[in-house]
Amino acid sequence: MNQLIHKKDNNRTEVMAQDQLRQYLTFQAGNENLAISILDVKEIIEINTITDVPMTPDYIRGVINLRGNVVPVIDLSARLGRQSSEISKRSCIVLVQVEYNEDAQLLGMLVDAVDEILEIPEANIMPPPDFGADIRTDFIQAMGRVGDEFIILLNINRVLSVKELSQLKQVTDYEGGHANKEVLN
Amino acid sequence: MSEINPALETFSQEVDELLTAMEDALLVLETTPDDADCINSIFRAMHTIKGSSGLFGFDDVVAFTHEAETVLDKVRNGERAIDAELISVLLACKDHTAQIIQHTFFNEGEPLPEELQQQGQALIAQLTGSSLVVGGMPTIQQEKADHFEVDVNTTDSSDNWVISLAFEPDALRNGMDPLSFIRYLQTLGKIIEVVITMPTLPRIEEMDPESCYLNFKIVFNSSADKKTIEDVFEFAEDDCDITILPPNSRQEHYLQLLADLPEDQLKRLGEMLIEIGALTEKEVANILNEQRDEDKEETKPLGEMLLEKNILQQPVIEQALKKQEAVKQKINKESNYIRVDAAKLGYLINLVGELVISGAAMRLMVDKHGLSDVDDVASTMSHLVEDIRDTALQLRMVQIGETFTRFQRVVHDVSKELGKQIQLQITGGESELDKTVVEKINDPLTHLVRNSLDHGIETPAERMRAGKPEKGTIQLNAYHDSGRIVIQISDDGKGLDSERIVAKAIAKGLIKPDQVLSQSEIYNLIFEPGLSTKEEASNLSGRGVGMDVVRRNIEALRGSVSVDSELGQGTTVTIHLPLTLAIIDGFMVEAQNERYIIPLSMVEECVEMSSEEWQIDEVQHYVNLRGQVLPYLRLGDFFHNNKKHTRVQRESLVVVRFGETKAGFVVDELHGENQTVIKPLGKLFENLNGIGGATVLGSGDVALILDVQGLIQHAKKRVNPALALSLA
Repeated sequence: MNQLIHKKDNNRTEVMAQDQLRQYLTFQAGNENLAISILDVKEIIEINTITDVPMTPDYIRGVINLRGNVVPVIDLSARLGRQSSEISKRSCIVLVQVEYNEDAQLLGMLVDAVDEILEIPEANIMPPPDFGADIRTDFIQAMGRVGDEFIILLNINRVLSVKELSQLKQVTDYEGGHANKEVLN
Repeated sequence: MSEINPALETFSQEVDELLTAMEDALLVLETTPDDADCINSIFRAMHTIKGSSGLFGFDDVVAFTHEAETVLDKVRNGERAIDAELISVLLACKDHTAQIIQHTFFNEGEPLPEELQQQGQALIAQLTGSSLVVGGMPTIQQEKADHFEVDVNTTDSSDNWVISLAFEPDALRNGMDPLSFIRYLQTLGKIIEVVITMPTLPRIEEMDPESCYLNFKIVFNSSADKKTIEDVFEFAEDDCDITILPPNSRQEHYLQLLADLPEDQLKRLGEMLIEIGALTEKEVANILNEQRDEDKEETKPLGEMLLEKNILQQPVIEQALKKQEAVKQKINKESNYIRVDAAKLGYLINLVGELVISGAAMRLMVDKHGLSDVDDVASTMSHLVEDIRDTALQLRMVQIGETFTRFQRVVHDVSKELGKQIQLQITGGESELDKTVVEKINDPLTHLVRNSLDHGIETPAERMRAGKPEKGTIQLNAYHDSGRIVIQISDDGKGLDSERIVAKAIAKGLIKPDQVLSQSEIYNLIFEPGLSTKEEASNLSGRGVGMDVVRRNIEALRGSVSVDSELGQGTTVTIHLPLTLAIIDGFMVEAQNERYIIPLSMVEECVEMSSEEWQIDEVQHYVNLRGQVLPYLRLGDFFHNNKKHTRVQRESLVVVRFGETKAGFVVDELHGENQTVIKPLGKLFENLNGIGGATVLGSGDVALILDVQGLIQHAKKRVNPALALSLA
């Protein structure tokens, strides 16, 4: 009996999830329209002060205080290989949660502007092109057709992969060039 | 069992603690076999577990612990000597008890599996087995025997019992015949003298021939105890006032017994004296009655009354009172503990952290609006918050001793396994540090101790050849040093072979063949991954945890580890750890408009960066600080060396000390002390060296906490990447 009800519940949430699955938050980063699934979004906040974390690559913008917790902020534009974002009036931080070693890690994603929540029917979602986009292909989950345009639907767990980000790779290469400037001891 | 009821849960906790105490005590006994406290604590463990298990109907546990208890009782009474063999068996008994309790817990009502039963029977056999009933003459019996001899041979009245009988006038009418008691008394010993007094004898014409006016004072020589003697007069007690004063030689015996009384529970004076046999229950009851009846302004304490009535000699009473006081203190100390869920404490500390931050925010507002009348209140509150913070953190502080003593067992077992003779010496066990740190330090410590056991200490034969005592020593030491705790693991083993380390490091490509390294740099290479000088992995060390993991674990706690060694003389590993992971006293500085926190405990001093005194240029980054070379780091440049910086007029130099290393940080502005609630930076920054965490300032902004040690290493790495590896 219990199981039956359970199953029913499951079915219902699945239906709901499917409805939501087709909802996407669109935003701009590096002069490009991008979107992520609404289910990935925890919260959208305006920008206060972002504290810079030294010795990190450009795409790590810094950390913010989110109700007493320190949350890292990733510069999406820089992460996608473009220029660092200039903070403007419309800049926002989209908070997303990504999985890492079965732990959930809250991350902020700095974007130039948040547009709207779009519903994209299943039929209008296309697989990513093999090449052609100047974004790493594994970052792209799919392409969504809205009217005549295509919007890149990002795979947030790849773009904000903690494993990859925490390598802080860029920094080591970068620092190497300056090696002999700082002298201590 | 679907769910464990609260009583059972308490029981299981209690059992855990008791068994741990038992193990500790057993290991202490190994070195001091006649430590009465330890024997008592082992006995108590078995006794209490037996009792509690009985309550829950765990018959298997009761049956087993009963056997152990019986043997321990013998040990306690000195009827059986404790030796290494018995200790080993008892350790095994402890493990077995834990196992059967575990089993009983989760399979209630089911019989014990065959294996456990056999194990239990084997242990019982070992416990009671003839091979173990050895040791000299049981001490107490010996004492008694001595006694007897003395009693027979001596007529010295000081060594005799003095029994006073004051019969009531009605005694004869009630059928009591004093003579028959005295005659019966002779069956227990020898009557030396009988003195008859008649203090109440009236004039002859008033005398009633049927009344008894006689008082007897009997000097009596016997080895019987007080209770037995008193029992002689059992029938007469209603009609007779009986005082039995023990002989002087008994007195020493009583004193001895008093000293040996277990200190586990607070007893009343009377109870204690009954227990050692100095008083009988009847005597105490009588005196207590009298005490109650005495309707005067002040009732005398029991001890005083005993003295007055000449029932007991003064030294015995004094000793008993002293003992009572000692027990009282001990009990008080014990009962002052409250068991608190660690999660609740964690929550409290989080809240205190938030309080500190919001306190800082208030402070900021007060300053900003110049509310001078609020200032005093705000200051008072800041002080209180500071106190609350310290107290809250103190709650989570535990002594490291408990962690240390756990290694007694490891050393005991492993040294047996390896056929080595090793003793563990513990010092500084009372040093306190945060429980969260203690928990996390356990693994690295275990690894280091095992390393010393396995690789450090040689076999007895090797040691003899090297002219060292057969028995190796491992020392665990802890002490506080400038806001950090230092833990040292040292052994007097064969030490590190620097040549082999260098050879291995070159083979692994960690260093270049022509690289010149100091001894300490070489030794510290052992913390590099993949460097093990032991050719074959034993079952102790081949567990996949290397020294690099030890170092990583310790660094994750914002600590550091280093090693020093002398070939043939031994190795010392030194671990520096912060006392707490939650809140620290910080020192806030500003560089290029970013604020940073330096742990205050590491800040030595702050001086002005004066260009007149020091030759400061862009090439040399060190200054002459009172005759010493002090390398420094411009924080702003170091962190953002790709940007153009504006030099402020007056820069400051913050001198930090880490262990033996001193360095300076050049900053634009000093903001002073700051209570810093450490917020983890999370997984994303786990590979970031030089930043230890973050904190939220009163303004709501985030400031980064500098990891001084990491920063210095990072700076060194920039100078010479290869060298930095070994300096870690």
